[in-house]
Amino acid sequence: MSEIVLKTEGLTKHYAGVQALEGASFELRKGEHVAIMGDNGAGKSTFVRQITGVEIPSRGKIIFLGREVNFQSPLEAREAGIEAVFQNLALADDLDVPSNLFLGREKIRFNLGPFSILDRKGMREATRKALEKTAVKIPNLSSTIRHMSGGQRQCVAIARTATFPSKLIIMDEPTAALGVAETAQVENIIRTIKQNGEPLILISHNMRQVFDLADRIVVFRRGRIAAKLKKSETTGEEVVAYITGAKTDPNLSDAA
Amino acid sequence: MAKPEAGIGGLEYDAKRRAWPNELNILLALVLIVAAFEILGRLLLGESFLFNTREGVPGFFNEQRLQIIILQVSIVGIIAIGVTQVIITGGIDLSSGSIVGATAMIAMSFAQVALVNGNPNPKAIFAAEGWLDLPVIVPVLVGLGCGLAAGLINGTLIAYTKIPPFIATLGMMVAARGLARWWSKGNPISFPTDSYAAIGQGMNPVFIFVALAILFQLILTYTKYGKHCYAIGSNEEAARITGIKVEHHKVLVYAIAGILASVAAIVLSSKNLTAQAGMGVMYELDAIAMAVIGGISLAGGRGSIIGTVLGALIFGVIISGFTFLRLDAYYQEMVKGAIIVGAVVLDQWRQRRRSQRA
Repeated sequence: MSEIVLKTEGLTKHYAGVQALEGASFELRKGEHVAIMGDNGAGKSTFVRQITGVEIPSRGKIIFLGREVNFQSPLEAREAGIEAVFQNLALADDLDVPSNLFLGREKIRFNLGPFSILDRKGMREATRKALEKTAVKIPNLSSTIRHMSGGQRQCVAIARTATFPSKLIIMDEPTAALGVAETAQVENIIRTIKQNGEPLILISHNMRQVFDLADRIVVFRRGRIAAKLKKSETTGEEVVAYITGAKTDPNLSDAA
Repeated sequence: MAKPEAGIGGLEYDAKRRAWPNELNILLALVLIVAAFEILGRLLLGESFLFNTREGVPGFFNEQRLQIIILQVSIVGIIAIGVTQVIITGGIDLSSGSIVGATAMIAMSFAQVALVNGNPNPKAIFAAEGWLDLPVIVPVLVGLGCGLAAGLINGTLIAYTKIPPFIATLGMMVAARGLARWWSKGNPISFPTDSYAAIGQGMNPVFIFVALAILFQLILTYTKYGKHCYAIGSNEEAARITGIKVEHHKVLVYAIAGILASVAAIVLSSKNLTAQAGMGVMYELDAIAMAVIGGISLAGGRGSIIGTVLGALIFGVIISGFTFLRLDAYYQEMVKGAIIVGAVVLDQWRQRRRSQRA
């Protein structure tokens, strides 16, 4: 078996008494693409928010690349090598494409602390290369994100994760709001990531997409992991049964 | 013909169809307003608003009027530069007028000549009897320090207690005005040293305003600080998730706004050769109005210092124009209010139209 990239042990998150996530133990190996499925409120996004440093877990351990990590902010997770595309895209509408791609880690020409001079040309060129690599179509780099279609925005968000060297990519419903052609484009990017041997966690409601792209499927239900399935050994019906709770895995839980 | 420029993924776009910069609209508005006053002046009074029509006075333009206009807007304009940055990050600063009052009082009391020893007399810190002319750097640094302190308090409250900027700076507005009154128990402070008085003389306020406007326009366009201002105003959550230190940035933005308010205070008290506790009343609203007229979106994320400078000029032209048309001062206030509301309505309408077109 290849090396474990990410491992969580008993990851738990409470929001003011509500248990959004309870004892999630999860493993991801090198080069593996794992899909996370589950109903709304099953704890999928909560799980992702813990491992990307957006929130701090109430309990439990996160082991990333063999080292226990304790991310206090998304920046720390990102610096450790976890790149994420969030459900709300985390794009600044009033900025152009290069600014969004490099948001929070701008290329600098002269370092003057907060008043560092930006390397605008460098960022533009790098953006052009990154977008060409991911086959994204955007007519004008200097127009603001506000003026772009849902698909283009999504592609910018995904290109952002694909631009920077990362050890793990996480996508939270990357195609939820997209049309057919745009979805295909995003799926192509995910296949490219797979070919490059980069591991990925994909949250999706789309059964076809999951069976198309993932090696394994992890089902969340009521804040717990309800099933861990290999794609080759399961069917859509079985996954649905776990999602709705019609079927439970006795090894995993009391997640009724 | 503009040659189509290559986009990404085989798409092309016509560079000519790029969004018309908002600043050009504001400039156009400025020109139209000047033209309106020119026409009204010629029709109603038989005088020119813009041009020199007097015999024996050299110059093509009515330079005196133009000078008054820019001098008039320069001091509030300095504040507006800071307010613009605050608004771009999605905040608001209501305290700048009061910071002007407090800073002017405190700085002036350090700038008083040796023979005047009003109450309080902080010069006594430096010499036992207080009989001392302090070098100009002392009142200036003290003044800037006041603005910095007020800005830091604003920023820290907003960033770390999460209270709305409106409330935090409203508190500072009341408190700083109280400080201004308490400092000299309500008495005006006058008689600055010659070197302090020199700061705001002649067209110096204009030079300081223009220099600061250019500096901050460059900072907003070319630095990380500027980029993060727009990012935070545009989508604070996104800025946080992508690792921008939003809290630090907010403290910095309000600190800069505070410092700029204190620059305005130093220039104003130096120009007037006196400081009074009531100095700068309503300046915060004038500064916000300049920014709004200049196309700064109150929702954050949009606008530029160039816009604010143009907004300031429009502001100045309108006030000067009303005086020129011999309009009663009471009407001026009312029309000023209407213009501020009109600018916001126009901004909303423009945004709606823009998003429909996209």
